[in-house]
Amino acid sequence: MGARVALVTLRMSDVGVMSCNPAIGGLGKGHLVCEIDALDGVMGRAADAAGIQFRLLNRRKGPAVRGPRAQADRALYRKAMQRLLRKTPRLDMLSGEVVDLAGSGDRVEGVVLADGQIVPARAVILTSGTFLNGVIHVGDRSFRGGRMGASAVSCLSERVRGFGLSMGRLKTGTPPRLDGRTICWDGIEMQPGDEDPAFFSTLTTGLSARQVACGITRTTERTHDIIRANLERSAMYSGRIAGTGPRYCPSIEDKVVRFADKDSHQIFLEPEGLDDPTIYPNGISTSLPEEVQVEYVRSIPALENVAILQPGYAIEYDYVDPRALARTLAVPDVPGLYLAGQINGTTGYEEAAAQGLVAGFNAGAEALGRDPLVLDRRSSYIGVMIDDLTTHGVAEPYRMFTSRAEYRLSLRADNADQRLTPLGVSLGLVGDTRARAFDAKMDRISIAQNALSSVSFTAADLHANGVRVAPDGRRRSAEEALALPGADINVLTSLCPAIATLDRSALVQIANDALYAHYVRRQDDDIARLQRDEAIKLPHDLDYLSIDGLSAELRQKLRLARPETLAQAGRIEGMTPAALTLILACVRRLQKRSA
Amino acid sequence: MDTIFARSTAPGRAGVAIIRVSGPRAWEVVHRLTGRALPAPRQAVVRKIWGLDELLDQGMVLIFEAGRSFTGEESAEIHLHGSEAVVRAVLSVLRGFDGVRDASAGEFTRRALENDRMDLAEVEGLGALIDAETEAQRRQAMGLVGGHFQAMAAEWRAGLLDVLASLEACVDFADEEVPEDAAHGMASVLAAMAERMRGEARGAVAASTIARGFEVAIVGEPNAGKSTLLNRLAGRDAAITSEVAGTTRDILEVRMEIGGHLVTLLDTAGIRSSDDVIERLGVERARRRSGEADLRVFLDAAPEGMEVRPGDIVVTGKADVSVVRPGQLGVSGRTGAGIDDLLSAIGSELEARVADAGLATTERQAAALERAACALEEASIVLDNQPDRVEVASERVRSGILAIDELIGRIGVEDVLGEIFSRFCIGK
Repeated sequence: MGARVALVTLRMSDVGVMSCNPAIGGLGKGHLVCEIDALDGVMGRAADAAGIQFRLLNRRKGPAVRGPRAQADRALYRKAMQRLLRKTPRLDMLSGEVVDLAGSGDRVEGVVLADGQIVPARAVILTSGTFLNGVIHVGDRSFRGGRMGASAVSCLSERVRGFGLSMGRLKTGTPPRLDGRTICWDGIEMQPGDEDPAFFSTLTTGLSARQVACGITRTTERTHDIIRANLERSAMYSGRIAGTGPRYCPSIEDKVVRFADKDSHQIFLEPEGLDDPTIYPNGISTSLPEEVQVEYVRSIPALENVAILQPGYAIEYDYVDPRALARTLAVPDVPGLYLAGQINGTTGYEEAAAQGLVAGFNAGAEALGRDPLVLDRRSSYIGVMIDDLTTHGVAEPYRMFTSRAEYRLSLRADNADQRLTPLGVSLGLVGDTRARAFDAKMDRISIAQNALSSVSFTAADLHANGVRVAPDGRRRSAEEALALPGADINVLTSLCPAIATLDRSALVQIANDALYAHYVRRQDDDIARLQRDEAIKLPHDLDYLSIDGLSAELRQKLRLARPETLAQAGRIEGMTPAALTLILACVRRLQKRSA
Repeated sequence: MDTIFARSTAPGRAGVAIIRVSGPRAWEVVHRLTGRALPAPRQAVVRKIWGLDELLDQGMVLIFEAGRSFTGEESAEIHLHGSEAVVRAVLSVLRGFDGVRDASAGEFTRRALENDRMDLAEVEGLGALIDAETEAQRRQAMGLVGGHFQAMAAEWRAGLLDVLASLEACVDFADEEVPEDAAHGMASVLAAMAERMRGEARGAVAASTIARGFEVAIVGEPNAGKSTLLNRLAGRDAAITSEVAGTTRDILEVRMEIGGHLVTLLDTAGIRSSDDVIERLGVERARRRSGEADLRVFLDAAPEGMEVRPGDIVVTGKADVSVVRPGQLGVSGRTGAGIDDLLSAIGSELEARVADAGLATTERQAAALERAACALEEASIVLDNQPDRVEVASERVRSGILAIDELIGRIGVEDVLGEIFSRFCIGK
């Protein structure tokens, strides 16, 4: 799009470091990565380049809820990310600690580095991750830090607090890292990746790295006994941690306490890299003291003699209530400032990257005087996430799930490019390579579509091939037939061999669309209603406290969320149709008075 | 966009009831109800109004072009003469049209606002209006969800949350330790729930008071003048009246209209203890029947063993010959004194009940239950035939929940996630 960007980071070598589990994607998260890729973000390409095990989750379920996931080689991912960034035009990478924001009045006009140097900018995006006032807890020890081995940031936190934004504390945990050379791999179950890997990026054509399997082991009764005996030494259970942790990623202490009737919990032993002995034991994050970690880990089959390379720890950090943000991820009260990632209360690389993309575009647009980009819930998981954050705020670190998307059947990983790439092209986000690849794909789809619509089958033929169809004597086009239970591309190909000559991936996508067409159409009314409400903009400074007839609770929620449109207001918890009419009436009144 | 309709006159109050229709199918609705060419816009014409295959009423219809109506949309008004039953019949025909549904509270106003069809004064006045509407709605909702219905709504909510959590756990946590069979059995649970909602929807309509009208019982000691009063009220000799106490042994019913409401007046046997077996039977029946009536008019006082409930009316009978008790209305069936006052007292009491019962809401909710039942049934069929299409089943369940969220309370994704995290040990 033509903006000049400086990326300021504590240590240049840390760009692309994965703090947590070196895995990208999953359910909901994989969708995000595909959407980032559709807008020509780099995450999908880096993950594909670094992937050492690919698995498409929910492969047996419908295409809308299949999520690509890859285990990444930590070193390869970092290398790929740094290479992709270096190749990015008009991007300068600076190393240094940002200690403050520069500016006059309330407007942010750059950042101040620890050495006093000022980097001027028309817009600044703060992506402080877990570094804002980060505190690390290992059992009864706690110390300041942004992640293990990296210092925290505190001056900046003071500055952000100074803006009067509402802030809170969140926490997240990690398991101990194990030395794979001390694991007894014989006899434990191994889980290989998929035979035909599903990549994140539509530009990826094949595997780059050697593929490995993950091991699976389980906790034992003895593990649970050890944990129970040491509960009061856990940072979380002793009350030293005030921040809220995620319910979907409980520590092993939590699991043992809350699901006391389960005598065993599954653990995935995930290699962190091809040339790296480190194993990430997924499922046992903890804030117990180091010596207890050693003891309980060694009570697990295959880990009897394991050496811990780095103890597990919990980290607490500051976040900003994301209801203070506009859907552009700008902070409306602080012109020039944008926030993205964990500072907004999210968790995960994917959620952070998706926000980075939106904040990045909008900061660039502001600097260049162009129109901002707001993605809505209908268009993408990115839109769902940002709308959720800015409307509801967070009660725990926010992670994407497919169930958050009410238009899940149309927001598939396989059609992310169809949903977003044309928009990306028009915004100047998408490079030539991707634009050409996309056009070629659309051509293949339209060729296949034409071919399929010209073939038709009798109900009897379909029925004879195992398709469940009403024997009504009607002929159905191949495209129609794909929506029927029991029908798929293979069935149609056996009925009409010419179909085999069409592009396979184009056929798959047409079949996916056909599968849901009926249900997606029924959501059209909802969508039309939603779009009308999205079109009604609410002024940023609307005084909700003065609207008669609104309950006190709704007034407060509206004041915090400051919805940008009537549709967004409608999604606030407890909202009623009457209250929406009141808000609309208030907007019309203001318009008429000023007219 | 849906076409919406609502009765815009108070139920039964006036001789004419007006139904407003707004939305893209408003004119089509008029065409189908009248079976004739549409009149010129904004010109009232008299038309026969047809149900599916019967004449319902002769009324007046008016259509408005988009941009020249209250809501700004294509719209229509149907003026009916008729009784409650006729209005109800027309509303139910409207409900049967595709893409046409009951307006929710304030929806006409909302559309007018959206289309910018209100002037400043109107907009300024809206706050108070909506406030009042909301309050009325809240009261209605509270009344409706009392007792039996509240328990049922809570049960549905819990059931639907449970189903959705099971389905979503299979979808969103496929790589976690969620039991393979978490979604098993959900098809039959959904089918059973759909069945019960259907039953409730049918019941809600059947039980609606306006469908059968109100029952008003005239109760009093023997020879208190009940039958004479009834005859006066009904304007004809319906009950045998005589000077001998205990003449009315059976229950006499007279159907009439009071204040626009369909009313069945019950003339019951005088309530007293008696040795006469047949009279005793009559008294027993009178007691029970008046107890079940919507409203009782007591002559002089409640007889022994009966109580005056809120809303009941106590009058002094035979006011032409007896002293009117303080605070009571004196009526005389013989001279007609006080009859108009009694009629208006009954009328306003029934009016209050109509408003409180929120019948329109009940019918709307019955329609919503019906929609929800359909969606749940579809989900059940999907799970039965294609167990792997959990995401499709889940979409249908969500849509069913959406249809009745007014009844059971909104079930948001956070509720579903909360349920999942409390039931399954999620987290690698």
